[in-house]
Amino acid sequence: MEVQQFYYDNKIVKKFIYATMLWGVVGMLVGLLLAFLFLFPNLTDGISWLSFGRLRPLHTNAVIFAFVGNAIFAGVYYSSQRLLKARMFSDVLSKINFWGWQLIIVGAAITLPLGYTSSKEYAELEWPFDIAIAVMRVVFGWNLIGTIFKRRQRHLYVAIWFYIATFVTVAVLHIFNSLEVPVSAFKSYSVYAGVQDALVQWWYGHNAVAFFLTTPFLGLMYYFIPKAANRPIYSYRLSIVHFGP
Amino acid sequence: MSVIYILLTISIIIAIVFFFAFIMAVKNGQYDDSYTPSVRMLFDDELVKETPKKADSTKKD
Repeated sequence: MEVQQFYYDNKIVKKFIYATMLWGVVGMLVGLLLAFLFLFPNLTDGISWLSFGRLRPLHTNAVIFAFVGNAIFAGVYYSSQRLLKARMFSDVLSKINFWGWQLIIVGAAITLPLGYTSSKEYAELEWPFDIAIAVMRVVFGWNLIGTIFKRRQRHLYVAIWFYIATFVTVAVLHIFNSLEVPVSAFKSYSVYAGVQDALVQWWYGHNAVAFFLTTPFLGLMYYFIPKAANRPIYSYRLSIVHFGP
Repeated sequence: MSVIYILLTISIIIAIVFFFAFIMAVKNGQYDDSYTPSVRMLFDDELVKETPKKADSTKKD
């Protein structure tokens, strides 16, 4: 058997971990400020960009998409390389994924306090960001699926299935919920009206919790817990069956 | 509420795609061995050889 030597891309993992820590602190500090606003509602009076209504979406977006999002990327980039026994498909795509995602977060941190919002919960960012997020999803999926195609391990470990499911469902949820008609640089109207919009919004909202906050971490746990414990999961068969529903 | 038909269509299409992918994976023998993968992922064999594949049926403690 031919012996191949190759290198995992650990730099991109480190970058995502540092970003996770940074945005975790930022997002939670904003949360702390919001908690203080419950006690002292007049704390930021007179400063419109520090008002509760503008900071709350900043807090939720920072914690979900910046903190958790970067953590997902860090974990997936670390584990899928090792599970597939291959370096990520493209270093360029990895870098675009990282810097693009950080740019979106910085953009969110600027536009949300300024009051630019689509008013859809957990999808407050305006249309230019919605497009950028969709592009980043595609870049990530492309990179992941490319790596799967050039893998050296024929069997796809259960975690990989969770990563694929995360990519597909989050992309679909994001795209269909964010369908909107732009009227200016930072203003758009949803293509759905009234109760239709509410239905699509919470189809997105609830499934986003499932597929952004749950599915990727189930996959990550199937990798990191056995690794940390240095023993296999109790039943691999059950993990496959469990992926189904 | 009519938008629910769009949402249902999207959801069912995705479900069918994944179901199909699963059937294909089973047919391609991905799940013929439902034990080894759980052990194999514990070995990183950095700078050593390719995956040990099987041969490792030893039970630790």
